[in-house]
Amino acid sequence: MNDPAWIDNVLRSARPTALGALLRYFRDLDLAEEAFQEACLRALRTWPQNGPPRDPAAWLIFVGRNAALDDVRRRAKQEALPDEAAISDLDDAESRLAERLDGEQYRDDVLRLLFICCHPDLPATQQIALALRIVCGLSVGQIAVAFLVSEAAMEQRITRAKARVAAGDVPFETPGAVARAERLAAVLAMVYLLFNEGYSARSEEAAERAELAQEAIRLARLLLHLFPAEPEMMGLLALMLLQWARMPARFDAEGNIVLLEDQDRRLWDGTAIAEGLALIDKAIRHRRPGPYQVQAAIAALHARAATPAETDWAEIDLLYASLERLQPSPVVTLNRAVAVNKLRGPAAALALIEPLESKLSAYFYFHGVRGALLQQLGRISDARQSFGRAITLANSPAEAAHIRQQLDRLQASAQKS
Amino acid sequence: MLYAILCYNSEEAVASWSKPYHDEVMGRLGKVQDKLAAQGRLGPVARLLPTTAATTLRKGRESMVIDGPFAETKEQLLGFFIVDCASLDVAVETAKELAEANPGTGSYEIRPIAQLHEHRLPQERKPAA
Repeated sequence: MNDPAWIDNVLRSARPTALGALLRYFRDLDLAEEAFQEACLRALRTWPQNGPPRDPAAWLIFVGRNAALDDVRRRAKQEALPDEAAISDLDDAESRLAERLDGEQYRDDVLRLLFICCHPDLPATQQIALALRIVCGLSVGQIAVAFLVSEAAMEQRITRAKARVAAGDVPFETPGAVARAERLAAVLAMVYLLFNEGYSARSEEAAERAELAQEAIRLARLLLHLFPAEPEMMGLLALMLLQWARMPARFDAEGNIVLLEDQDRRLWDGTAIAEGLALIDKAIRHRRPGPYQVQAAIAALHARAATPAETDWAEIDLLYASLERLQPSPVVTLNRAVAVNKLRGPAAALALIEPLESKLSAYFYFHGVRGALLQQLGRISDARQSFGRAITLANSPAEAAHIRQQLDRLQASAQKS
Repeated sequence: MLYAILCYNSEEAVASWSKPYHDEVMGRLGKVQDKLAAQGRLGPVARLLPTTAATTLRKGRESMVIDGPFAETKEQLLGFFIVDCASLDVAVETAKELAEANPGTGSYEIRPIAQLHEHRLPQERKPAA
């Protein structure tokens, strides 16, 4: 077992729990991080010989806590550190500790660690960067690459965000049911934001940013372990897995966007789809629908259709209608228009989105969808205008290229007729 | 004698494997499987979805459906069924049927299968009496 990869994996997966518990103990993020770091160094020294402990998180908490306390004592009395061998053989102490640290406490520790990153004063991107650094343990360099900024800029951003968090009131009391539900909702929103940072990447940077989406999936799995009976938690993980499954089919060899309808469905990740579908099945049994579950159910209908023609648009339309009730937003209505177009034609879909113009006039997808509907209705010059507007609002060269393609097609069909 | 070899590991740690490492391990396992299959010694091989996708039916006077995997440490794995079910509801009903046939204590963990390789042993075998 000379391969250190397994140790890295174990440390990575134990990090949120161990760091969360150390934060509860020290009530100071920097001190908790130092303690965790020290515990990891000792793990790297002793695990290759002794093998991994039975409960790595409990080991790291125990060793990290003692190391930090020793450090404080040593500074006070200049006492010698205890013998390394004594620390590496912790089996008895460790199992007693593991019994004391019951699941409930771990659960709130991890939730707290994520929740402090969702500080309302922090802009969304800083919340995500902070969570990647603190909870996931990504290096500043890795995060900088994912956010396409310099390492120095990211370092500064994270330092500022941490200072902001430290200055605020970190909620150390064990939350009641209502507070816990609020924390969970804030954390779920942040995890989904993190996923979208990675998932909505352009093709040319997809590889770097894919890690963000994978971290989001990891965090959601961890949260679901801690809150196994939360249907929205199941819904969010399902939603992310079902979207993630399409990743290999989203861009063609030239880096152009491939629409859902045109994707090669054989490239979709079958295991991720199976897991997503299984989670929705579980969530639905709770009969407590929520926005993530509904969005996941929509993604599931796409995943279940072997060909685009087999898509159950009527059910998708109904699901969007219930999403409009749960989480009213013009973007939801815009998405619903796509289903309405399939079911009742472009005139009905256009009627649905025309009232949204004032709210979505600066939204790329609005003009893209509108252009496509106008084109179907044969209103060529109106369509051209919409597509032109979309190009100016495109978020990436790939998006602009995609609309330009539609314009070219428009041109070609206009010349034919 | 037929043996079931059951795989245990921390699923969080396995889930954080990188894609290349994952593929490397699966490649090595695949070679062992191919050898066993060629020798006619391999039965079905299944990879389960994570325990977050699991549901547990706890037996009792009235059976109880719980989200998540089987978590008792004082009961042991005694056997398993692989059943094709159209939905989780059907799977739960099926587990309830089994629970009625074998009432009392214990649980059935209902865990979706990610991949199933249906290798067949040369002929039907009975474990040595």
